[in-house]
Amino acid sequence: MLIHVIINGEKKKLHCQPDDMLLYVLRDAGYKSVKCGCDTTNCGLCTVWLDDVPVLSCSVPAARCNNRSVTTLEGVQDEVDIIGRFLVEEGGEQCGFCSPGLIMNVIAMKKEFRANGNLHPTDDEIKHFLAGNLCRCTGYMSQMRAIRKYVETEVN
Amino acid sequence: MFTAKEYAIPANIDEAYKTLMARNTNYIVGGCAWLRMGNRRMTTAVDLSACGLDFINETEDAVEIGAMTSYRTVETSPILKKYFGGSVARCVEPIIGTQFRNTVTVGGSVFGRYGFSDFLTTLLALDTYVVLYKAGEIPLIQFMDMSYRSKDIIVKIVIKKNGAKESYQHFRNSQSDFPVVNLALSKTSDHCVVTVGARSAKAMIAQKTSEYLSQADWSDIDTVIKNAQQLIEEVPFTSNMRASADYRRHICKILLKRAIREVAEC
Repeated sequence: MLIHVIINGEKKKLHCQPDDMLLYVLRDAGYKSVKCGCDTTNCGLCTVWLDDVPVLSCSVPAARCNNRSVTTLEGVQDEVDIIGRFLVEEGGEQCGFCSPGLIMNVIAMKKEFRANGNLHPTDDEIKHFLAGNLCRCTGYMSQMRAIRKYVETEVN
Repeated sequence: MFTAKEYAIPANIDEAYKTLMARNTNYIVGGCAWLRMGNRRMTTAVDLSACGLDFINETEDAVEIGAMTSYRTVETSPILKKYFGGSVARCVEPIIGTQFRNTVTVGGSVFGRYGFSDFLTTLLALDTYVVLYKAGEIPLIQFMDMSYRSKDIIVKIVIKKNGAKESYQHFRNSQSDFPVVNLALSKTSDHCVVTVGARSAKAMIAQKTSEYLSQADWSDIDTVIKNAQQLIEEVPFTSNMRASADYRRHICKILLKRAIREVAEC
């Protein structure tokens, strides 16, 4: 089947099977930032935005995205540069495999907090929002320092 | 992983029902988070996302939650934070992560009647009804015992505003994991309902405990807790990889104590 999707602001026509998940369709289309970690909706590596809402692309049927907007890490490079710098400064990534999914969720989190007038979220609020992003290298502390710096920046 | 030969996104619920009934092997897909863990073979996967079932409305006597409403919408809903002690909104907070809760739907979760569900335990303690497209409005407790094979579509969940205060308690081995055991207690002026879930079977009402709490004198809270903790032994538990039946039974008593104290302080 053919689906029409706006990916990172560009109109795309993608072929998929009725039971294909978005993750694999995006990777086949060249959006390699979207990673498959657990494939059981637990790890958060496959996070993309569907109509600006962070979702796990491993559990979203591609067909459901017809006539909708999808954003991957490739579509938010300016923000990625900023948070990427903080992650490097704080040693917040080691193997780096979880970073694309984490960054997509962190940017979504910052947007949501700011939309709700929460400019200085607590560590607990950040941890709660990001509980679905697993990392097996960093132990999270360095990531938390980087994310803390990022959410306090006045960029956007 | 499920397989489907066709994927339909009907524009309304009537069309969805017709597509569902066209073949025995046509199925409704909700959030797909759990569905994809299985190996169901479908002819047509029927997606309700264009049927306008993503809503949380407040009527004069109830709160209505559309079947395609995500857990994240439930979690952040001002309406659900306002009623039932905020327990309906809070009970989904510990479930995996934000992205997951943006994906999972209320209808899919209720229809699945999963043993580990936080949401069902909370709803079952309230005056909750399931609105099915053909069968109409039926009490949740009745829906819990219906066959999984009965073909119908959940349109919405209706929670009656009966003034209930509710406490939802859960215990997990680690944050964002499935609960080892969970418990909800709702209390109106003359009626209490205690439900226990993740036993490791689906949630159930603890009848004797509920009856006792409905008639008890809550001025002596320590006696109420002591007696209720004896009665909660009525709930059958089983063992699985997360916990033994004995461990669940022990934790359940602690959750019950916390729930009674929380409701008493409301």
